[in-house]
Amino acid sequence: MNGVVALYEAHQAAFVIALLGLITLATRAGGYLVLARFKRIPARLEAALEAVPVAVISTLVVPPAFSGGVAEFATVAFAVVACLRLPSMVVILAGLGLIVGLRMVGL
Amino acid sequence: MRASVPILVPISFFGMMFGAAAIAAGQTLANTIWASIAIFAGASQFVFLEVYRAGVPVWSVALAVFAVNFRHLLYSAALASKVRHYGPLQKFFAFFLLTDLQFAVVENQALRLGKSGRVSFAFYIGFGAIAYVVWIVMTAIGGLFGSLIENPRTFGLDFILPVYFATILMGFRKRDRFLAIAIASTVVAVLVHRTIGAPWHISLGALAGIAVAALMAKNGEVETEGAAEEAALESTSGKVDRS
Repeated sequence: MNGVVALYEAHQAAFVIALLGLITLATRAGGYLVLARFKRIPARLEAALEAVPVAVISTLVVPPAFSGGVAEFATVAFAVVACLRLPSMVVILAGLGLIVGLRMVGL
Repeated sequence: MRASVPILVPISFFGMMFGAAAIAAGQTLANTIWASIAIFAGASQFVFLEVYRAGVPVWSVALAVFAVNFRHLLYSAALASKVRHYGPLQKFFAFFLLTDLQFAVVENQALRLGKSGRVSFAFYIGFGAIAYVVWIVMTAIGGLFGSLIENPRTFGLDFILPVYFATILMGFRKRDRFLAIAIASTVVAVLVHRTIGAPWHISLGALAGIAVAALMAKNGEVETEGAAEEAALESTSGKVDRS
C-alpha cells in the first residue's frame, strides 16, 4: 500500500493525465451510450449543456488579464477583439509578439 | 481523404503550442507527450495545464476537464447512426479519436454518402489515426522547443494559455446567448478570483453562465442530433470546408 502511495506521489501529474484521458473518453462515448437513447431533451437542459464550454472557458480568459501588468491586460484585450477579424492561429502568434514587445518596453 | 490534408495544419500548430505551453507551465517533456497520447483533446489539455498549475485538488482538475469536454457528449450522440455497425473494439477506437475535427470530417462524409450515412471504419480510422499521430509528434516538437528556452517569457510562452482560451471562446461567439453567458461567467469569475480565490472562480463562474443560459431558454424540447451538428459547425468553423 505504501508502495502504491509512493508511486502515485512520484508521478502524480502522469496519473492525473491518465485520469483526464479516461474522463475525455467517457464523454466521447457517453453521448452514444446515454444521450442517444433520448431522441429529444428539454430545451432548457440543452441550452445549459450547450452553454458549458463557453461558461468554463470564459472564466479562464479574463482573470489572467489582471494577473500581471498592462502588457498582460492589453494582450488579452487584443486577442478577444482580433478574433473578430483574424484566424485564431494569427491571433495567437500576434498575441505572443505583442506581449513580448510590451514587456520589452517595460509595461 | 486528400481533402483532409489542410486540416492537419491547425492540428500541427496547436500541437506545437500545447507542447511549448506545457513546458512553460512546469510539466516535464515526458508528461507533456503523455498528455497528448492519453487525452488527445486540445482544449482539455490546455485546461489541464491552467488548472493543474494552480495546485488545486485532483477532483477540481477533473471537473474542469469534464466540463470543457461536454460538447463531446453531443457529438457522440449525433454519431450514433453512423457508427452503430462498428464492432465493440472499433467503437472504442472511434470514440477515443472523436475530436471536434473528427466529428466534422465524419459528418461531412456521412452527408456525401447520402441517406444511408454509414461511414466505413477504414475512413473513420484513416483520418483519426493520422490526426492522432500528427498531434503527438507536434506536441513533442513544441515541447522540445519549449525546453530549450531557459525563460518562457522570452517568447511569451508563459502567456499562450489566456490567448489560446480567448480564441477558443471567440470561436463560439455566433452561438445563441453567447454574450450573456460569457459576461455572466466572466464577472463572477473575476469577483470570485479576487475574493475566495482559485480554483473556485472556474466552477462558480461557469455555473453562473450555465444558469443564465438555462433561464434564457424557452420551455419545450429539442432533438439531440440537431444540437450537436450546430455545436460542431461553430466550434470548427473556418477549419473545415463543409462543401
